[in-house]
Amino acid sequence: MRTLTADDVVIGAALPGLTIDLTPTLVVSTALATMDFTPVHHDVEIARAQGSTDIFLNILTTMGLVERYVTDWTGPAALIRRIDVKLGVPAYAGDRLSLSGAVVGREEEGFRAEVRGRVSLGDHATAMVTFTLP
Amino acid sequence: MTGATPGATPGPDPADDELRELAAKQAALGEVRGTPAADPVNAPMIRHWLDAMGDANPAYLDRGVAPPAMAQVWTMQGVRPRGKVSTPVDDVLAALEARGYTGVVATNCEQTYHRYARLGERLTPATRFAGLAGPKRTALGEGYFATWNVTWYADGDEPVAEMMFRVLKFRPRTRTGTAPAGRREPYPLRPAVNGDTAFFWEGVSRGELRVQSCADCGRLRHPPGPLCPHCRSADRSYVTASGEGTVYSYVVHHHPPVPGRRTPFVVAVVELPEGVRIVGNVVDCPPEDVRVGLPVRVTYRAMDDDLVLPQWTPREPR
Repeated sequence: MRTLTADDVVIGAALPGLTIDLTPTLVVSTALATMDFTPVHHDVEIARAQGSTDIFLNILTTMGLVERYVTDWTGPAALIRRIDVKLGVPAYAGDRLSLSGAVVGREEEGFRAEVRGRVSLGDHATAMVTFTLP
Repeated sequence: MTGATPGATPGPDPADDELRELAAKQAALGEVRGTPAADPVNAPMIRHWLDAMGDANPAYLDRGVAPPAMAQVWTMQGVRPRGKVSTPVDDVLAALEARGYTGVVATNCEQTYHRYARLGERLTPATRFAGLAGPKRTALGEGYFATWNVTWYADGDEPVAEMMFRVLKFRPRTRTGTAPAGRREPYPLRPAVNGDTAFFWEGVSRGELRVQSCADCGRLRHPPGPLCPHCRSADRSYVTASGEGTVYSYVVHHHPPVPGRRTPFVVAVVELPEGVRIVGNVVDCPPEDVRVGLPVRVTYRAMDDDLVLPQWTPREPR
C-alpha cells in the first residue's frame, strides 16, 4: 500500500473521489460493526414508522467512512488526530454517498483536509479531518 | 421535574426557565464516569469494523491499535443494555421529551484522538453535560440544541479520545409544514375525541400529558368524564402531569390480531405520581422485560401522519 509523507502533500490538493453504494447490507453491517442496534439502522418498518424513508447510516459509520476516505488516500503512515463532522441530511439505504475532499491547510497539529459526503438529498456530512504524516 | 402544574396558565412559558435550570444543574455535575467497555480493544471487533467499512488500511492490525473512529464503539451498550449507568445527559433529554420536543437529530460530532487505543486496553467513558441552547426555530421545528462531551480513558486515567456531540431535540412540525413526500398508511384505530376528552388530545398534540381535575374540589380523575365522582361538580379543568409513572398492571397481547398493530404488544395500566392511573402501551422494551413496578415515562409516537398517541417507555428509577 502506498503511503504519503509530509513532503508529498500540497495545500489545495484534491483527494480522489470515492463513491459508496449505500446498500441495505452496507447500512446494516456497519451499524452492527459499530455496535449500534438502534432499529432505524436495520429495521425498515420501524424507520418508516418514525418518518424516515428507509434505514439510514448511523453516525459512528459516518465517522468511520470519513476516516477511511482520508486514509485510503494517505496510506497507512498517517495518524488521524481529529475528525469534526457536521451532520446534514440522512444517508438512506438505496442512495449513494459521494465523498470528495481537499487539503485546506497545515497547522501545528497537522494537515487539515475538508471532506464532503453528498447523497441525493444534499450534504450528509461536512467534515474537517486533521492528520499528521511522517 | 416538577409535579402537576395548572394547565390553563396564560402568559410566557415557564418551561423554558425550568429547562435552563435543569441544564445548569446537570452541567454542574461535571464529568460522570460510565460503565467500562464490556470487552478490551480486540482484533476481532477491529477486523469486523474494517470489513464493514471497506477499510483496507493495514496499519491498525499490523501495529496492534484500533482505528481511532472506533473510540465510541468500545463502550456501546449492545442489544440488551445491562445495568445501564445513567449519564448527566439523560435527564435533560427526558425533560425535553416530556415537553413535546420528541424529535431528535444529531448535528455535530467532533472527535479528538490523543493516541490510538491499543489491543488489550479497556476503555471507560465519562460524560459531561455541556449546555442547552434554545428554544430556536429550525427547519425541522422549534427545538433546543443539547451538547455534551465524552472522554474515553484507558486503564489508568489517561484520556485516549474525546468527543463533543450535539443534538437538536425538536417539536415535530404539524401537517401544515413541509410534509415529506408520501403519506403513511393511516392507523386504523382512532381515539374518541369529544367534549369530555378534547383537552386530553390537545395536550397530546403539544406533548403534554393532561389529567382532568375538578374545578371545585380539585381532585383529579382519569379517564375524563362530565361529573366529579366526589363532589358531583360539572366544572372541570385539568393539570399537566409530570409524564412519569410506574407500571401498575399489564398484559401482553398475543392474539387476536389487532388492525395496525404487530403482536405481541404490551398494554399497561400506568400509575402516575399525581394519583390517577392511565392505560397505554409500553414501547422500546421487549414484552418479557415489562414488570409491575417498572418505572416509565410518557413518550409521544406518531402512528401515522395525523395521529400521535401517548405511550410509555422505561426510565431510570428515581
